[in-house]
Amino acid sequence: MSDPPATRPAAAMPPAAAGRIRGLSDRAIAWIFVAPTIFLLLAINIFPLLWTIRLSFTNYAANKPNAELKWVGLRNYQRILTDEDTWANMQATAHFLIWTLVFQVVLGFALAWLINRRFRGNDLLTTLIVLPMMLSPAVVGNFWTFLYQPQIGLINYVVEAVSGVPASSFSMLGPGGWAPWAIVIVDTWMWTPFVMLICLAGLRSIPDYIYEAAEIDRASKWRQFWTITVPMVLPFLMLAVLFRGIENFKMFDLVVLLTGGGPGSETLLASIELKREAFEKWRTGYSSAYAIILFVTVFGLASVYVKALNRVKER
Amino acid sequence: MRKTGLLAATALAAAGLGTAASAAGELTLCWAAWDPANALVELSKDFEAQTGTKMKFEFVPWPNFADRMLNELNSGGQLCDLMIGDSQWIGGAAENGWYIKLNDFFDKNGISMDSFVPATVVGYSEWPKNTPNYYSLPAFGDVVGWTYRKDWFERPEIQAAFKEKYGRDLTPPATFAELKEVAEFFQGREIDGKTVYGVSIYTERGSEGITMGVMDVLYSFGFKYDNPDKPYDMEGFVNSDGAVAGLEFYKALYDCCTAPGTSNTYMGEGIDAYKSGQVAMQMNFAFTWPGFEVDPNVGGGRTGYLVNPAGPGGERFAQLGGQGISVVANSDNIEGALEYIKWFAQEDVQKKWWSMGGFSCLRSVVEDPSFATSQPYAQTFLDSMAIVKDFWAEPSYASLLQASQARFHDYVVAGNGTAKEALDGLIKDWTEIFEDEGKL
Repeated sequence: MSDPPATRPAAAMPPAAAGRIRGLSDRAIAWIFVAPTIFLLLAINIFPLLWTIRLSFTNYAANKPNAELKWVGLRNYQRILTDEDTWANMQATAHFLIWTLVFQVVLGFALAWLINRRFRGNDLLTTLIVLPMMLSPAVVGNFWTFLYQPQIGLINYVVEAVSGVPASSFSMLGPGGWAPWAIVIVDTWMWTPFVMLICLAGLRSIPDYIYEAAEIDRASKWRQFWTITVPMVLPFLMLAVLFRGIENFKMFDLVVLLTGGGPGSETLLASIELKREAFEKWRTGYSSAYAIILFVTVFGLASVYVKALNRVKER
Repeated sequence: MRKTGLLAATALAAAGLGTAASAAGELTLCWAAWDPANALVELSKDFEAQTGTKMKFEFVPWPNFADRMLNELNSGGQLCDLMIGDSQWIGGAAENGWYIKLNDFFDKNGISMDSFVPATVVGYSEWPKNTPNYYSLPAFGDVVGWTYRKDWFERPEIQAAFKEKYGRDLTPPATFAELKEVAEFFQGREIDGKTVYGVSIYTERGSEGITMGVMDVLYSFGFKYDNPDKPYDMEGFVNSDGAVAGLEFYKALYDCCTAPGTSNTYMGEGIDAYKSGQVAMQMNFAFTWPGFEVDPNVGGGRTGYLVNPAGPGGERFAQLGGQGISVVANSDNIEGALEYIKWFAQEDVQKKWWSMGGFSCLRSVVEDPSFATSQPYAQTFLDSMAIVKDFWAEPSYASLLQASQARFHDYVVAGNGTAKEALDGLIKDWTEIFEDEGKL
C-alpha cells in the first residue's frame, strides 16, 4: 500500500531535516515565507527612502561621485520652500490635479450611470469607452499634439465651426492661458474610463432589492439616487479619486509630450521639475529634498483621505 | 577604480595604439539619430572592411539625446566606446573623466589640431577652452544659418509687391532688421493658393531649442556671457542694452512672423515647415541643408542659404552646433576606439565624409579651392563657421541651459515680463549655479 499523498514530501526528506521542519513553530514558518518579501521591500523601498533622506541633507551630485560630500543641513529644504518657482510648480500641479479629478469624477460617474442601464450594444459601447486608457501615454501625447495644432488640428476647427473664432488665431498648447486646460482635457479623455469602470463596479454591487423596497415605499427616482445610489457608490468613487489623485500628482509623460512644461513654465508640474533637477542638472542632494517634500505631501494627503474613506465605508 | 581605468586608458592612448588587427572586435558608436548618423553608418563600412572590426551604432533622437547619453556617461555605463557628444558636454566630460584625453594619442599618430578649422577645435575638443587639452577630434561641423525660398524671392510679382511696400528690392536679408521686414512681408501672403508665413525659428521648451535660437540672435546684438577680463562676472554683459534689444527682437519676430501653433518647435518642426512650403525663411542648423537640396519641393535650386544676418551695430555671429568624436573612458575596447579615430582623421576619409553629407572640419577639405562650389550651401557653411560662438561648455552646462530655457520661453512665448527682467533673472540663476559649483 502506498503512502497517502500528504505524507510524501516529508517521506522524501532525510529524517533529520524533516524533524527540524516539523519542530518549527507556526510563527517561524510564517517568518520563513514572509522574509523574502520583507527583504525585498527593505531593499527596494525602505533603504532607498532612507538613503534619499540622507542625501537630501547633502550637496551630493551623482555625476560627480568623487567630489567632496558636504553636509548642508536644511539648506536644500529652505531653498526649495522659499523659491517662488517651486510654488509656481506646485500651483500648476494643484490646478492639474484638482480639475482632472473634478472632471473625471463627474464624467466617470455619469458614464457609469448610463452604461449601467441594460440596452442593446451596451458591451460594445463599454469597450469603446475604455479604449483611451488602454493606449500608451506616448501615443496619446503625440496625437493630441496634432489635434491641438492650430492649422491642421481638429480641435481648433471644431471651435471655429461652433464659435466662429478663426482656427489659426489661437493655440491650445501655446500662449494665451489655454495650455493648463489643454493638459487637463487630455488626461480627462484618457482616464475618465478608469473612473467609470470603478463606479460601474459600485453601481452593479447595489442589490436590486434595495431599489425594489424603495419603490414599494414610493421613493422618487431622485430620492433613490441621492439616498441609495450615491451613498453606496461613494466608497468606490473615493477609491477612484485616491488612485487618480496619486497618479496625477506624479504626472510626467503626457505633459512633457504635450507642452514640455511650457509655454514658459505654465505647465511645469512638480514631477517634471523634479526630474530636471535630478537627471538633467544632476543636483542630487537638492532633488532628494524636493522628492521628500513631494513624498510627505502625497503621503500626508493620502493618509487623511484614507481615514475619510474608511469613515465613509463604516457608515 | 574609475581613476585606475582612466589612467590605463590614457596610457593606452599614449602608447599610440597597437595594430589594426589587435583592434578587431566590436565597437559601439553613440550619436544622435539624424541624417548625418546614417551617412556615418555608410562611411564606417570602409573601416569595418579595413580592420575587421564590427561597428554597432546607438542613435538617440535629438530631444532625448543629451538626457540619454549624459545618463549613460554619468552612470559609468559601457554601452558606448565612441561618443559623438554635443559641444557643450566637453567641460563636464573632461572634468568628470568620461572621455579620455587625446593629446598623447594625437602626438604619436601625427594628428595635428592645426589641421582642423580653429573654431571647431575650440568648440568641440578643448577643455579648458583655448588651452591645448584635447578630448575629442572635430567630427561634424555645424552652425545655425538660414534658408530662404529663392524661387519665391525671384518671382516678379512678389518682387514688385515688396518694392512697392518697402521702396527697395527684395534681396536675401543681410541684417536682422531686413530679415524681419522680409518676414513681415511674407506673413499671411497667398502663394500658389496657400497662405504662407514669414519665418520658422526655434521655440522648443524641453531641451535646448529656444536657447539655441535666441543666442543665435543675441550674439550679434552685443550679448556676452561674461566679462572678458573677469570670468563669470555677468552683470552688464548678459543683460547689456544690446542683449535686451536682441531678446526683444526675437520676441517681436516670434509674434509677428511665425506660423500659428509654433510655440514648441525645433529642428524637426523647422524642416517640416520649410519643406512643406509653409514659411519663406527658416532658421536651422547647417546639417539640414543637404536634405533640402534633394527635396522635391524645395530642392533643385529653389533654396538659398544665408549666413546669420548682422545685428544693429554690424556685428555678426552665429550659434555653433556640431560635435567632436571622443573615446569613452569606460569602454572595454579603447584601443579599437582610438583606431577608429585615427582612421576617421585621414584626409581621404574626411573628403568622403563631406561627399556623403557629413560636414567635415578638416581644413584641407574645406579649404580646397573646389570646396566652395561643391555644394550650393558650401560657401555659406564656410562663412558661418568663421563667426561662431557657443553656449557655456561648463560642467554645469545642463543647469545653465535649463535656466535659459525657462527664462527665454517665459518671455518670448508665454509673454511674461520684459526682456530686461528675463535677462536679469538669468544672471540670478546662472550666478546661483556658479556659486554652487564653487566658481563664484
